[in-house]
Amino acid sequence: MNTTTMKRALVASLSVAAVLATAACSSTPAAPGTGGGGGGGTTTTADWTKKGPINYAQGKDTSGNLKAEIDEWNAANPDQKVTLIELSDSADQQRADMVKRASAKSGEFSVISMDVVWTAEFAANQWVEELPADKFPTTGLLKSAVDSVTYFNKVYGYPSTSDGALLYYRKDLLDAKGLSAPKTWAEMKSACDAVLPGQSGMSCYAGQFQKYEGLTCNIAEAVNSAGGEFLTADGKPNVNTSEAVAGVQWLVDGFKSGMIPQDAITFKEEESRQAFQDGKILFLRNWPYVYQLASKTDGSSSVAGKFAVAPLPGKDGPGVSTLGGHNMAVSKFAENKGTAMEFIKWMNTEANQKRRLETSSLAPTVESIYSDAALQAKFPYLKDLGDSISTAKPRPKAVKYGDVTLAIQDASYSALQGQKAPQTAFEELQTKLTELVK
Amino acid sequence: MTAPTTVAGPAKRPATKAKKNLMSDGQGALAGLLISPTMLVIALVVGFPILFSLRESVFRTNSGVDPTTGIVQSGEQFVGLANFTDIFTNPQTVIGVFGSMDRLINAFLNTTFFTVVCVTAETVIGVAMAVIMSKAFKGRGLVRAAILVPWAIPTVVSAKMWALIFDANGVANKLLGQNILWLADNAYSQWAVIVADVWKTAPFIGLLTLAGLQTIPDEVYEAARVDGASAWQQFTRITLPLVQPALVVAVLFRTLDTMRMFDLPFALAGQGKYSVETLSMFAYFENNALRYGQAAAYSIVLFLYIVLVAFLFVKLLGADVVGDPETKAFAEQRKRQKLARKRAKAEGRELPAPMRSTITSGDSSS
Repeated sequence: MNTTTMKRALVASLSVAAVLATAACSSTPAAPGTGGGGGGGTTTTADWTKKGPINYAQGKDTSGNLKAEIDEWNAANPDQKVTLIELSDSADQQRADMVKRASAKSGEFSVISMDVVWTAEFAANQWVEELPADKFPTTGLLKSAVDSVTYFNKVYGYPSTSDGALLYYRKDLLDAKGLSAPKTWAEMKSACDAVLPGQSGMSCYAGQFQKYEGLTCNIAEAVNSAGGEFLTADGKPNVNTSEAVAGVQWLVDGFKSGMIPQDAITFKEEESRQAFQDGKILFLRNWPYVYQLASKTDGSSSVAGKFAVAPLPGKDGPGVSTLGGHNMAVSKFAENKGTAMEFIKWMNTEANQKRRLETSSLAPTVESIYSDAALQAKFPYLKDLGDSISTAKPRPKAVKYGDVTLAIQDASYSALQGQKAPQTAFEELQTKLTELVK
Repeated sequence: MTAPTTVAGPAKRPATKAKKNLMSDGQGALAGLLISPTMLVIALVVGFPILFSLRESVFRTNSGVDPTTGIVQSGEQFVGLANFTDIFTNPQTVIGVFGSMDRLINAFLNTTFFTVVCVTAETVIGVAMAVIMSKAFKGRGLVRAAILVPWAIPTVVSAKMWALIFDANGVANKLLGQNILWLADNAYSQWAVIVADVWKTAPFIGLLTLAGLQTIPDEVYEAARVDGASAWQQFTRITLPLVQPALVVAVLFRTLDTMRMFDLPFALAGQGKYSVETLSMFAYFENNALRYGQAAAYSIVLFLYIVLVAFLFVKLLGADVVGDPETKAFAEQRKRQKLARKRAKAEGRELPAPMRSTITSGDSSS
């Protein structure tokens, strides 16, 4: 072979190598190297004056309202353009995308929509900025929502939407027996005893008991409604109490006695909504979004106009809902934090929260909206939702929330499936949580 | 044809000298140059991540929280093999179908169980499909297309579809007249995953086997019929042996694929279901929980497991993945020379130097 061919081959292979090398540079490593991830305690004060274009990342917006909101902002502030980055509709996937950026110290997601349970993790790893009280006043916002963005007495996000559970019940059947919405578990049971004999194929109660985040919400409600708690006020695990076990025991007994249908162990939000709409459930614990869907008169729901909502019942009095919702946070690595601040505040003005409630049924964090008469007429569940949220308890604030929630699910699921006694399961959970919440 | 050979040089070779590559025809430099871009790509997309994973697997990300500020320590520390040995020293006990054991061992058993059961069922059904598809009958094209449909559907989509079928009020329970909770966390969940996987991938084995079947000449069957062989004898004595090379490769591919199974159980049953958690799912979960070191360690366990199985396949079943007759011919030649040298040593005579041959055609039939 002659030298020209040799040279040509060499040039060709080198140019390929060069192209590949540049391609390799643009990819970001998924795992942080030494010193990556976390700030290590050095806090630099953020510059809240810089203005300019930013990105806003949140989960899939199905209402189409979000785009309109952002277009409105961009029309008013052409020099501070906000670009929407829509993430997956799965919460786990959203978190994974955000964690990836943060680990690589990328400010691509300048402003993120942070689920209430991620606050501790994002704050402790120094992925999001602390929001100074003088720049982000939280007056007039729900106390529980503000609490959900607080970590070690510092605020790391701005409450944007909230969420609480409601008890949906078949008003037509209860009215026929002259009963009103139950306030306690015992009342609910006696209502079932009165109504169910006349109904075929109907069960008393259902929630979401499939093994996923919804189970954590349901178990937390049962435990809190029985006077128990997962963590004490100073963050110590406290689940091996008789109150906490009594909450779980109620659900376990419900499965055993047939109060809760057997297949509810595979229910997520949608399956349980379907069962309620098909007239198989008398009392359903679910989120507010169900109201509009179950009221549809296009034939998809057999209970339209036959149901009403009430706050959750508890063991000896009103129940305690689990707090849901999203908060807006500013990435530690973002540019133009001044714009980020203005945008967050503008997105969560009272007018914009009202609009969001009307277009996407997202529960507001501004307290006064819940007592707005016009909106109450439009959303009959609004007042009950306000009550539900005002007494709602957050899920455990843990840096390793993923592990904490899995531990809770492990313990409860094995108890609900009858593999373990609630007492044993929760004693093991206590040990596990003690290890996880150090 | 026989390759021209030259007997060269002194009889005794110094031991330090590297073995001459029998296949070399003096164009090694050019060949090296020509394949260097490919090798570079492989090094970048395969080699580097593997090395990076290896490095990552002996580290552990710090996760301690400062009790006064609540801030997580940064960085990571070197822990040696602790990520691998934790299953013995610090087990994370979970309850799966196989009893209560460490989560990694449980995932390992699930992976193995799925692989053995799924691949066995897929092979049997796939071969049956291939035999049906190879027969000439009316509407054969339609059957072929229909059999391909499951393979064409993305796994996540088919997982969601099967989730509807296996729903408590789904088709499966209606057909069986039972009220089985397939999507809870029990042995039924495993079978739900197995059914969905077999449904999806049996066509793949069917297709590859069909390709093998179509290379079998009809005369062989005619001769067998003349000799009075029954249909079953024809299948076991002719079809299976002749289709074996294609079938072994198909089964190997499916085995390696099933060992990596992630999307199907993930979308069908969900996370944290220990009855269906595979090694990939566990590694993914650990990665999500920011335990990169452990995730890398578990991925390496899976990687080594797959390498081992692939190696056994090639060694025991003679899976011919490369399929290059030239390489095989040279390997055989080398074996013969080794034998000859051995024999010569035993008889105590001088042995000729190893043969050098030059390739003159693509297909040497030595």
